Amino acid sequence: MDARRAPRAVIDPKVRRVGFFAPPEPDPISFEVSPSANSLSPVMIPPPRHSSENLGLHTRLAATSPSAQESFAAGSYSSSSDFFPAPMSPATSPYSSRIVGGDGDFFAGGKAASSFPRGGFDLTATMASSVPASELTTVSVVNAASLSIRERKKANKGGGSAVEVKDQALNTKQQKKEKTSKAERRALQEAQRAAKAAAKAEGNKASGTLASVNVKPAKAAKPPQKVDNASVAASEKKGGDRPPEKDRKKDVPQPRLQYDDKSRVEKAKRRAVVKQTEAKNRVELFRHLPQYEHGSQLPDLEAKFFQLGPVHPAVYKVGLQYLSGDISGGNARCIAMLQAFQEAIEDYRVPSEKTLVRDLTAKISSYVSFLIECRPLSISMGNAIRFLKSRIAKLPLTLSESESKTSLQSDIERFIYEKIILANKVIVKHAVTKIRDGDVLLTYGSSSAVEMILLHAHGLGKQFRVVVVDSRPKLRGKLLLRRLVEKGLSCTYIHINAVSYIMNEVTRVFLGASSVLSNGTVYSGVGTACVAMVAHAFHVPVLVCCEAYKFHERVQHDSICSNELGDPDVISTVQSREDVNHLEAWANTENLQLLNLIYDATPSDYVSMIITDYGMVPPTSVPVIVREYSREQVWI
Amino acid sequence: MWWRSASFIMDRQRNEEADLKGDSSNPNPNPNISAYYETRAAHHGVVTSDWLAQAQAAIGPDPVPDPNPEPEPQLRPDPDKPFSVIDEFNSWRKQPHLAEAVAAIRALAAVIRSSKATTMMQLEIELKKASDFLKSWDTTSISLTAGCDLFMRYVTRTSALEYEDFNSAKSRLIERAEKFGEISYKARKVIAMLSQDFIFDGCTILVHGFSRVVFEVLKLAAQNNKLFRVFCTEGRPDRTGLRLSNELAKLDVSVKLLIDSAVAYTMDEVDMVFVGADGVVESGGIINMMGTYQIALVAHSMNKPVYVAAESYKFARLYPLDQKDLAPALRPIDFGVPIPSKVEVERSARDYTPPQYLTLLFTDLGVLTPSVVSDELIQLYL
Repeated sequence: MDARRAPRAVIDPKVRRVGFFAPPEPDPISFEVSPSANSLSPVMIPPPRHSSENLGLHTRLAATSPSAQESFAAGSYSSSSDFFPAPMSPATSPYSSRIVGGDGDFFAGGKAASSFPRGGFDLTATMASSVPASELTTVSVVNAASLSIRERKKANKGGGSAVEVKDQALNTKQQKKEKTSKAERRALQEAQRAAKAAAKAEGNKASGTLASVNVKPAKAAKPPQKVDNASVAASEKKGGDRPPEKDRKKDVPQPRLQYDDKSRVEKAKRRAVVKQTEAKNRVELFRHLPQYEHGSQLPDLEAKFFQLGPVHPAVYKVGLQYLSGDISGGNARCIAMLQAFQEAIEDYRVPSEKTLVRDLTAKISSYVSFLIECRPLSISMGNAIRFLKSRIAKLPLTLSESESKTSLQSDIERFIYEKIILANKVIVKHAVTKIRDGDVLLTYGSSSAVEMILLHAHGLGKQFRVVVVDSRPKLRGKLLLRRLVEKGLSCTYIHINAVSYIMNEVTRVFLGASSVLSNGTVYSGVGTACVAMVAHAFHVPVLVCCEAYKFHERVQHDSICSNELGDPDVISTVQSREDVNHLEAWANTENLQLLNLIYDATPSDYVSMIITDYGMVPPTSVPVIVREYSREQVWI
Repeated sequence: MWWRSASFIMDRQRNEEADLKGDSSNPNPNPNISAYYETRAAHHGVVTSDWLAQAQAAIGPDPVPDPNPEPEPQLRPDPDKPFSVIDEFNSWRKQPHLAEAVAAIRALAAVIRSSKATTMMQLEIELKKASDFLKSWDTTSISLTAGCDLFMRYVTRTSALEYEDFNSAKSRLIERAEKFGEISYKARKVIAMLSQDFIFDGCTILVHGFSRVVFEVLKLAAQNNKLFRVFCTEGRPDRTGLRLSNELAKLDVSVKLLIDSAVAYTMDEVDMVFVGADGVVESGGIINMMGTYQIALVAHSMNKPVYVAAESYKFARLYPLDQKDLAPALRPIDFGVPIPSKVEVERSARDYTPPQYLTLLFTDLGVLTPSVVSDELIQLYL
């Protein structure tokens, strides 16, 4: 109802303004009216239809002659004020219905009014009546009109330039007149839109007979109601579209860039801090993943370190460590990133004329873009970034700058302690109950959680043996093996091709994970799926140790649509065996591509148990953990 | 592989206990025998050689041996309270139709009644001690542990108790404990009602063990004038199948008694398998009388559905990975002839059936798939 009343408030001042402009207008009106009267004189129509036919004629003339639009529209509005001195919403519908009826008669029957001198007389009387309005009323109406105009300007930012163009075209003398003319034009546009809608609605009834339209005026009242319903529905649709879009943006932690889309890749290159050189021989199946030559990135960034670009030095340093591989593993990378953000927030100052919430979020986003260029994010990092941004968004505006920064830093500290360090302790406590004396435990790669479990079980005095499975090219199992042997554990070291041979004597398999997805799929280092499948074939239980903050609601069935490509050169060379380097110049061979995948996906069928900080759960219960975790995250 | 058997583990534990004789904190005077299965044997009136030996040694006619009162004063400064918990629990447990969890909760209610605490915190501490003591008395009973955990969760999680004065809070807890028995009884009715849709005229049902819930299901089906056959396994060494077949015959149900090794032979005649559960674990699998896993394996390979009827208070936060992952619940086995001393006997009373061999769980929360058990437990305990 409020939306309907607003445009009428604009109509009222126009009526009174028209009163002032009445004297210079009558000659052109009478001049234009007389030829049409002459041409239509043979047809006679009874007096009861007189006013509606007159209005219909005015509408038609307004549509045909743009130069005379203002005067004729003004005429119609003045006559409307005459017929309905007290504008009310229930009184408006019969008026609009009459207009529609008049249009129907005119267009369908081709009839025309004959007594134009009477219409002219009515217009003149209306103008005379509006002239005596007091000056004070006019001034206040003008102010109200200007206020409404300003509001509309804010609402229609895109139309600002159009309004300016109209101002220049008019060249009117006074500002007040300009405002009035703008109001007139908007009223004109709205009237035209209403007329078009009415015409369309009337077109639907063209099949009906004239007699039915005349005899049953209630039917004519339906079209405006339909128009209102349509507009309401349209507004609802517009409102409903926004939240899903926001949710979609938030739910995409992985880079949205598909690297086989060349135009977008080039756009990203311009903004990038890191200069990337695309690899020559790209594997066709993985063209949608970024593939870069690794040799050129690190020296370029090192040279730029002292140029102090938009990236904070702490974040810059962490990016370099990602690039060189000094920091690897989901937990280590996440902790390093969060600590760098803590330092960046410590040194952050709010620029003038900006709010901390918006500017800091933009800063964090730019840091994240830089880190993605150094190495794509893991799921744990994505969840941590989402957590940090939600904390920034929820900061109260009443907090001062230093209080906000302290609050954010303590939130990050608590996230690191509760979701990573304390979660690992809980996982260790649960997992140790599954280790018995005489067990042979197999692990693959190097997982911090699994390492903590083995060391803790050894500390409890349990007697067990560890089989460390390793694979090229990273050979991270060696690091784990060294740490375990230092603590006195009895270990066996094998390569992944021998896993089926040794699985016969294994009693438990402990695996780490980069992420666990909603359908129970374990997303972890490449080779994990192979080990889990062999263990499943030998009926050995597979225990996946994963913190709850690494869970994700995504569903993934393979490791192709989302993965990370490593340096292909690492595959072609064997450490400490330079003599067997037969693929030295592989990049120049067009029909040879080397693929170094970082992750793979283990289906949930091969996982016996997932040990998380919420307890030991089957893979089918991951969605419950994700739901509880999301709820709890809001409470933090 | 022999060193991984349950008996080997128990022998080692027995040796360890012998080494720590003076520091032993196990209140059960007979750690080699599961009190849970001993009580059930008493319910069924099974006569075993051990029972005869105890009967001869005992003065009174009570078949269940009383706990030895001597070590009690050394363990507790107040000998009356922990002793009363055990005695209260044992007295409730002797009723054959009362579930273990209900007996545990009623024993805890008795602790509340006899408590002299003046604040909620003191009462919680006393309850915690009594609950832990009760659970350690019989570590093999999963229903006992689950019942105690449920009641303790209710005590600690109900925030409304903090706003009432102490006496009304105390009476409220006692009232809750009394109502739990009704819940248990109604749970069986609910499960029986839910199960009727799965029993059709002319079907053949294989049952294993004497489960009160399964008996309730079959009883209601018989009362609804459904025509079906029941295959009962003999259920050595307790002969639970004999007792169940006797009860079913009274209801005019057509019963066929099988020896335990005849399951695979008759599985092609069977339309469904009905078993109860001593406990339902977080993986969705069940812990039940020895032989359940074997029957489930046979049924799964021959594509027969396996239905489990269990109350929701038997859900426990355990996640066994294989048979040896459970604490063994040992019981005496009477082979009818003397066993040579060099021969080792597997005396475990129960086994674990993984969830992939189970079709559906009939509980008072509804008909669940095994994967939903973990969801219920997470929502209950988180």
